[in-house]
Amino acid sequence: MSRDRPLLPAYGAERPRYWRSLEELHGAGIVAERDSAAELAEAAGLDRRELVKYLGVSFAMAGLTACTRQPAEKIVPYVRQPEEIVPGKPLFFATAMSLSGYATGLLVESHMGRPTKAEGNPLHPASLGATDTFSQAALYDLYDPDRSQSITYLDEIRAWPAFLSAMRLALEKARTKKGEGLRILTETVGSPTLGAQLLALLRELPGARWHQWEPNNRDRVWAGASAAFGQPAETVLRVDRADVILSLDADFLACGPGHLRSVREFSARRRPRDRQRFNRLYAVESTPGVTGACADHRLALRASDVEAFARSVAGLVGAGAAAAAPNDFARAVAEDLKSHRGRSLVVAGDDQPAAIHALAHAINASLGNAGETVLATDPVPVRAESQIDSLRQLVADMDKGQVDTLIILGGNPVFTSPADVGFARAFEKVALRIHLGTHQDETSALCHWHVPEAHFLESWSDARAFDGTASIVQPLIAPLYGGKTAHEVLAALSDQPEFSSHDLVREYWKDKLSGDFETAWRRALHDGVIAGTAFSPKSLPSPKSLPPSSASAPNPEPGAVSLEIRFRPDPTIYDGRFGNNGWLQELPKPISKLTWDNAVMLAPKTAERLSLANEEVVKLEYLGRSIEAPVWILPGHAENAATLHFGYGRTRAGRLGTGVGSNANALRTADAPAGGHGLQIVKTGRTYSLATTQNHDVMEGRALVRSATLEEFERHPKFAHEMAEEPEPDMTMYASYPRNEYAWAMAIDLNACTGCNACVVACQAENNIPFVGKDQVSRGRAMHWLRIDRYYSGSPDNPTTHHQPLPCMQCENAPCELVCPVGATVHSAEGLNDMVYNRCVGTRYCSNNCPYKVRHFNFYHYSTKFRAPSMRMLANPDVTVRWRGVMEKCTYCVQRINEAKITAEKRDRRVRDGEIVTACQQACPAEAIVFGDLADSESRVVRRRSTPVNYSLLGELGTRPRTTYLAEVRNPNPALLAEESKRS
Amino acid sequence: MSDRRESRYVPVIEPGHTFASVTDKISSIVLGRKTPLFWVVGFGIGFALTMGMLYAVGVLFFRGIGVWGVNEPVGWGFAIVNFVWWIGIGHAGTLISAILLLLRQEWRTSINRFAEAMTLFAVAQAGLYPILHLGRPWLAYWLLPYPNTMALWPQFRSPLVWDVFAVSTYATVSLLFWYVGLIPDLATLRDRAKKKTAQIIYGMLAMGWRGSAMHWHRYEMAYLLLAGIATPLVVSVHTVVSFDFTIGIIPGWHSTIFPPYFVAGAIYGGFAMVLTIAIPLRTLYHLEDFVTLRHLRNMAKILLATGLIVGYGYMVEIFMSWYSGSPYEKYMTWNRMTGPYWAVFWGLMLCNIVTPQFLWFRSIRSNPWGLWVIALIVNVGMWLERFVIVVTSLHRDYLPSSWGMYFPTKFDWMTYVGTIGFFVALFFLFIRFLPMISIFEMRTLVPEAELAPADGKRKEP
Repeated sequence: MSRDRPLLPAYGAERPRYWRSLEELHGAGIVAERDSAAELAEAAGLDRRELVKYLGVSFAMAGLTACTRQPAEKIVPYVRQPEEIVPGKPLFFATAMSLSGYATGLLVESHMGRPTKAEGNPLHPASLGATDTFSQAALYDLYDPDRSQSITYLDEIRAWPAFLSAMRLALEKARTKKGEGLRILTETVGSPTLGAQLLALLRELPGARWHQWEPNNRDRVWAGASAAFGQPAETVLRVDRADVILSLDADFLACGPGHLRSVREFSARRRPRDRQRFNRLYAVESTPGVTGACADHRLALRASDVEAFARSVAGLVGAGAAAAAPNDFARAVAEDLKSHRGRSLVVAGDDQPAAIHALAHAINASLGNAGETVLATDPVPVRAESQIDSLRQLVADMDKGQVDTLIILGGNPVFTSPADVGFARAFEKVALRIHLGTHQDETSALCHWHVPEAHFLESWSDARAFDGTASIVQPLIAPLYGGKTAHEVLAALSDQPEFSSHDLVREYWKDKLSGDFETAWRRALHDGVIAGTAFSPKSLPSPKSLPPSSASAPNPEPGAVSLEIRFRPDPTIYDGRFGNNGWLQELPKPISKLTWDNAVMLAPKTAERLSLANEEVVKLEYLGRSIEAPVWILPGHAENAATLHFGYGRTRAGRLGTGVGSNANALRTADAPAGGHGLQIVKTGRTYSLATTQNHDVMEGRALVRSATLEEFERHPKFAHEMAEEPEPDMTMYASYPRNEYAWAMAIDLNACTGCNACVVACQAENNIPFVGKDQVSRGRAMHWLRIDRYYSGSPDNPTTHHQPLPCMQCENAPCELVCPVGATVHSAEGLNDMVYNRCVGTRYCSNNCPYKVRHFNFYHYSTKFRAPSMRMLANPDVTVRWRGVMEKCTYCVQRINEAKITAEKRDRRVRDGEIVTACQQACPAEAIVFGDLADSESRVVRRRSTPVNYSLLGELGTRPRTTYLAEVRNPNPALLAEESKRS
Repeated sequence: MSDRRESRYVPVIEPGHTFASVTDKISSIVLGRKTPLFWVVGFGIGFALTMGMLYAVGVLFFRGIGVWGVNEPVGWGFAIVNFVWWIGIGHAGTLISAILLLLRQEWRTSINRFAEAMTLFAVAQAGLYPILHLGRPWLAYWLLPYPNTMALWPQFRSPLVWDVFAVSTYATVSLLFWYVGLIPDLATLRDRAKKKTAQIIYGMLAMGWRGSAMHWHRYEMAYLLLAGIATPLVVSVHTVVSFDFTIGIIPGWHSTIFPPYFVAGAIYGGFAMVLTIAIPLRTLYHLEDFVTLRHLRNMAKILLATGLIVGYGYMVEIFMSWYSGSPYEKYMTWNRMTGPYWAVFWGLMLCNIVTPQFLWFRSIRSNPWGLWVIALIVNVGMWLERFVIVVTSLHRDYLPSSWGMYFPTKFDWMTYVGTIGFFVALFFLFIRFLPMISIFEMRTLVPEAELAPADGKRKEP
């Protein structure tokens, strides 16, 4: 089209020319007035027919573009403004997350209706405001793109009514036989409503059976209590009352019911200034764990040798006949326990045999600890039974063809059941197999019906904490994929198939809440706990006699080297249910620092004897079955024993978890699910690379983690300062940064830190930190802004383990700021070392020059590389999502700082101490991290920094970090210490 | 040959040459019709490697810096190693042209032209790396102080900004110096070219040079001034490059010996590269008359002298790490010697300290191919030195928890080898299209020149 062609007016030149504006008068804008095709054609230099042809083609083409459906984006105002939603302001709702039947209370942050972050609920007894790694990572599971998204029957999509009618049919059939042939398999049920529903169903159909199975069960706890007291009982620890604690292979600071509370209580009594209250922890363990790392004395014993040890302690404290030859350790422990009657505590590990639990009860009883440091209550799960027996019964019945319908409510028994039970084989004999699960997993592959399970953040339910305190689980969001809860599936079997879980939960609590129901219900939802529902401690008969030696631990004849294998739930992906969770897969395991894999853990000496090296693939032969797994040498592991975590080796987990690691369940047996003797290790000659986040384990004589014994601390309170030279702050030629109204700082108490990793996941969730995958981790490109360094000291056979959480030090004299050529990292007036992502060109000079190496670089476009569209909902809207080629690092959660500052400014006051809580601080169960304002002389961080054990990491470089550490102070038993030094 | 090898005095130009023979000899390489086979092969290899580099760079831009081996403790890898290596190589040219000109070392005449060309091409390779190694290379211009609406400037305390100035100044001055020096020769080529296109192109490049006394006067003035400007750059560029490390806080970087020892190292590496190029070139183009043993011997002496300075630098570094009393420094040195990269360190010692000791012997200094091997080894050694400085300092610094290893990927190698190919390709283009030895300056060396008092600055001894 020629633009020079004069645009003639449409009508005759004689007609008066009207104009609306000056532009129009002078020619511009006239086209708008004319619309006939002829004129358009003329303007385009075409005749009318041609123009119509072109128009036709372009309309047809326009129609073609409709083939790619454009996303519908509607901008519609609220017809009814939802209550309390202010765009940009998050809301918090109380709910609870259950794991293996025990609840942790959470407050979940919701941005415009989408949950983005979980925090602990301070009112909840199992949380006290803290969270663990699983509850932090739960959000990831909610948005996991691999969640099952539709009801399927034989892999074909079906609607919920179709499922309901199928259920009705099955139910009618079952009714005719009084429920004979109907079986329900659940995981541990801690929900009172679900329990009531199940029991009601069993009442209605007496022939039906309810089975429970999950791989990390508490069978041995109940059996131990039964042996001691004649009835299963919950053991509630009161760590805050204990002066001396003995852990018998119990990782009670890392997992198990109420572990967050135990950590809080444990670390609260480890303040060096408060010598009287300083507790002492002895840990006997096979696999190095968090508890052993925190212990003042640790003894590496094979799991099967723990019983002998426990018996000798029992004998020495007078709880039974003295054992043959107690070792020094047992003697010292017993002495210490005896001198703290009523103020000591013996804890047995969940996967130790029942006899150990009975022994622990006996020792606690004879020391007068029962009712003091350890309480007994009714079991929290609705039915405390032996799950392995329950599973075996089910499999036997299935084998006999007595099961017509099996409804699996959650869990993945095909993957998790022990190898010798033969679940999958028997399962195929069941006529109708129904699975409710969050993912299309190994079990759903063998089922006729699969119903997507609603995530707990999408469901109404209830749950109990370790002490029985009940919470209402309330949803934060409507089910993303139309998921159903176990309540709803069970309701489908009842007379009220259309009852929602909300109705069911309300119905259950209707007559159980005191006072006006609506008020009490709202109160319960608001608080996250139902007041007064904790179980009251029971006084049980004290165990009279020691249990007989357990048969499951045949001690091999001395001299013959028999290898023991130990199966434990994985510290990050648990029993495999978090196998598709990128955050947890990439989370370094607390002690080994491995990511994305499990491995056979061996003691250095055992590996040497078998001439095995790290990453060597071996064949594990155990009781006639074998699998292959790579070797990882773990200092401090018990000798002649191997640990393999179960949960890995999933075959249908999703895009992240499938085919990762080795399946320990293929070796587990029903008789000894925690493992036993008789392992053979055969070399295969192959290697398999494992990805760790820390390759060097010793401090090389550098004063990084500074530690002393309580006694040394009393003699040299400033020992941490004496360990390295630190220049005075004014030893510089340059003026220091002018102090603004605030001066942010952080103090991390190494004495409190257990290395549990909750802060790492919390940081990842809060700050939109991507996970990068195994290959990138092994290339040293993990992105965690906060990492936990783990160092060993002492002999590799039983080293002392030190943890050091490492966020950005926010140096006042930051080496990174100086070298950035574009000023992308600058110092804020409040002392923060700010990263300007927009400005970063990616020279990586700052990272090179950071002595702490806390800066992390986006070598690829990580933020989208591993992110499906659904994961975008997970992002914290207050934090920028970073691009490829940009440096990033800890910001002290600057978004939280600014939020608090804005709030304070609006109210015309300063930010108060404790008002800003960083994500890591909030998650920490040990209160190891304190953040605050140096300008406020009353703040907790100032108080911490003024303690004599406060020191700066690499302070001798003159970086003047704002993050400081409180040195470790341990409380070893002088008797044992003398013994140890004599030996060395 | 043998008697000459023994003799002390070798002229800078073999006897028997006249103005005409010099001009013919050098200009015929450029204007000759036939392209020799070795040229085609050499250029072909260089070109192929350049294409490989372009592929690697394409992948790098498309996928991100992750295709390289750099990681968390080792944020700089091959890119910075190669950058410093190429910059170092780029030093000899200016040293030869400027400093030796000012010192009236007339033997520089036959080697300065291609040494300068080598400088330019080496700096061009070096200049690629700082851009390639950025996480977001399309924003490289943010390192320049350009006026913008947001009033954002580079952060002038960062040595990387100094680098930008140092390297770009150096590249500019080197280019000018080289080009100005070419003008009289370009006029010669214009006058001797037979083909129209060649006449036009050389004519334009000669900028109307007619060889009048005024032209010569201005030329000499300009050249001398440029030499004066270029001289401090020889010292400043590598000093600034060494600041990239010395400003850092990392043990193995934070050292005050770096500036002098980097400059010496640059001259060392640069002269090694000049020898690496000159020795095959004089054989292939039969230029032994112009690049005589005198040149080779002199360069060998410089190589030996700078090699000793570099060796002194290493010793001081090791001594200081002990003397400093800093456990980090001590560990760094110990780690270099015995850590996972021990082979690189000892390879460096072998290449850079042991090998040049052979240059104490006149017989080796007078043996072109022996010299060539030594020069090659020194080139390798200088690369290893940069690897030791960049990688072994970073991979184990302060906190053992963050220690790691650096392994280059195939894209690292393709880029590195690719820049060598690019350099070779450019150099082959240069020798085909421009006189690799200064014709007019060589003419001043022949005996005839003594009869021409108009120019007569130089007298043969």
